[in-house]
Amino acid sequence: MSDKSNAKPPVLEVRDLVKNFGGIRAIDGCSLSVQEGTITGLIGPNGAGKTTLFNLITGYFAPDSGRVFTDGEDITSLPPHGVFHRGICRTFQIPREHGTMTVLENLMLVTPGQIGEQFWNCWLRPGAVRAQEREIQDQAMEVLDFISLTHLAHEYAGRLSGGQKKLLELGRILMAKPRLVLLDEPAAGVNRTLMNKLAENIEKLRRERGITFLLIEHDMDMVMELCDPVIVMSEGRRLMEGHPEEVRNDPVVLEAYLGGQYGAA
Amino acid sequence: MQQIDLARSAFLFLPLFLLGLLILPGRAALRIIAALVLAALIGWGLPQMLDRGTLTYLVSFSTMAGIYAILSLGLNSQWGLAGHVNFGVAGFFAVGAFTSALFTTTMPEGALAAYSQQAFGLQWPFLGGVIMAGILAAIVGFFISIPVLRLRTDFLAIATLGIAEVIRFIFQNERWLANGPQPMRGIPRPLDCLFKDPACSWLPPGAAEFLEPLSPRDYVFFYLIVVSLILAVVFIALERISRSPWGRMLRAVRDEENSASMNGKNVFWRRIESFVVGCFIMGVGGAVYAHYVVSIDYSHFNPLFATFIIWVMLMLGGSGNNKGAILGAFAVWGVWSGAAFMIDIASPALQLISDDLPTRGAYLRWMLVALLLGVIVLYRPQGILSERKKVSDFMTDDDEPQ
Repeated sequence: MSDKSNAKPPVLEVRDLVKNFGGIRAIDGCSLSVQEGTITGLIGPNGAGKTTLFNLITGYFAPDSGRVFTDGEDITSLPPHGVFHRGICRTFQIPREHGTMTVLENLMLVTPGQIGEQFWNCWLRPGAVRAQEREIQDQAMEVLDFISLTHLAHEYAGRLSGGQKKLLELGRILMAKPRLVLLDEPAAGVNRTLMNKLAENIEKLRRERGITFLLIEHDMDMVMELCDPVIVMSEGRRLMEGHPEEVRNDPVVLEAYLGGQYGAA
Repeated sequence: MQQIDLARSAFLFLPLFLLGLLILPGRAALRIIAALVLAALIGWGLPQMLDRGTLTYLVSFSTMAGIYAILSLGLNSQWGLAGHVNFGVAGFFAVGAFTSALFTTTMPEGALAAYSQQAFGLQWPFLGGVIMAGILAAIVGFFISIPVLRLRTDFLAIATLGIAEVIRFIFQNERWLANGPQPMRGIPRPLDCLFKDPACSWLPPGAAEFLEPLSPRDYVFFYLIVVSLILAVVFIALERISRSPWGRMLRAVRDEENSASMNGKNVFWRRIESFVVGCFIMGVGGAVYAHYVVSIDYSHFNPLFATFIIWVMLMLGGSGNNKGAILGAFAVWGVWSGAAFMIDIASPALQLISDDLPTRGAYLRWMLVALLLGVIVLYRPQGILSERKKVSDFMTDDDEPQ
């Protein structure tokens, strides 16, 4: 994070973002940036505004003020699908699969710009739609192989277990081929083995496909192992940023996490 | 077999063939042969088995059920595919019916103009009227959907219900538009000269002779062909786009809208598209209805008859399944029409309960439909035919059985 000399703008930059919900200021002038090729951790106590920040970045909410940039391009006013088409993809804390569709079609859905998404093409160019469907289906099968869900390809996504749904969310990201992925607690409710596998996959995707990750996580082991740098948020602001060891030993961070109790005592 | 029965048989062939194609299982080539054979056999057999009155009744029953099936398919493209709770089917149905009427009738002239008013009468052919009905209903649907589709679920239901009533009251009150509270009469029936004496002048003499014994009363035999052809086109076209990447997107939006939009789908437009496609189909259904009943007025398009019965049809048949939409239309229309007979038969018994009960027997039918709805929702919420698991038929077939 320190090499500001790099002329290339960061893959994600958030500048002075503010969001109020009624009387509550959820995001209070938050600024941070994510450099390409990193796995950046985003930690902070409950209610620090981490998920709200994700919602603002991805266009789900409009901020009250402040801007969001990707590669120097302003994406603040874009709707969610517009943000997606700028190469930014996200997962949800609680997986949001399309329950009445098969796992395979949940993946096939994601591929952007399908010919058959224009309904008239299904009448006028059935051959082209069919050819593209075959291509997408092959990709989806590869992705299923990567996330080890091949045996569930034709099962309703709604019937998957919690952990499998998490894997499916990861699979959808692979279908999207994004540059930046926002992961909201990928390891929550996932057992150790699966968690290690997830971490392994994330690292592999960064290494092999150059995908940048920004991830919210409460599991400190995972954060310490996977993320560099780590950004700490508290009360809607960026508190500090640094290497995992720096963050772990910083008294300000401890204060933010535990301050409530200690302050009152 | 008398010539009149033979002629009526001939008219039954095509609708029966299409029905066979729809319900028979198996490979395409085999299905076509089987449907051809069955249609010929049943078409030939029916007039032998049933007396003429019963057969005519059966045909007009099927015609009306076919019209409802078109409307039910329209609703399926909205509710079944995308989850729009449109309680305003009647509105788009009415727009379609009046549009086709205006485009195909003759502008009243002379003394008639004093009694019968309409905005215009273009004397277009039947198919032109049907297509304009679809287009206009789609345009109206589009402009309505932009503000209204910001709403979801019950709020959308209330808004669309209100809009359908507004549309109905416009047709009731604006005399200049389509004769206001008075019925709009004289909507032409396509090719009705076939059943007149003398028959259409362009008909080859042999055909004219073959049709000779048929009277205008038998026109419904021909109209059943018209309805089944239009129903077939609507079904195939809708089936094509609902079992495609487009349909997959709609199902995704229906299931989990936020996730679909975060996956790059323009949810706003996709919802409008599915609504507008549904409105187009409802408009076509309205046109087919108008040319069948010949005379329409605002009172035909009340919420009970033109919206809620269609909802019951779709829910019984199976929301999200186009075949189910058609099945539901025939089943509910069967219950509805059958109940009329039952109440007639039961009227002495009803009289014992209360003197005026038989005259109010018609209302018992609504109770039956309501009971049916309750039973579906409680015991088989997915309908008789449930939605198919796999969305896209453009995918390569693999081992997975449906």
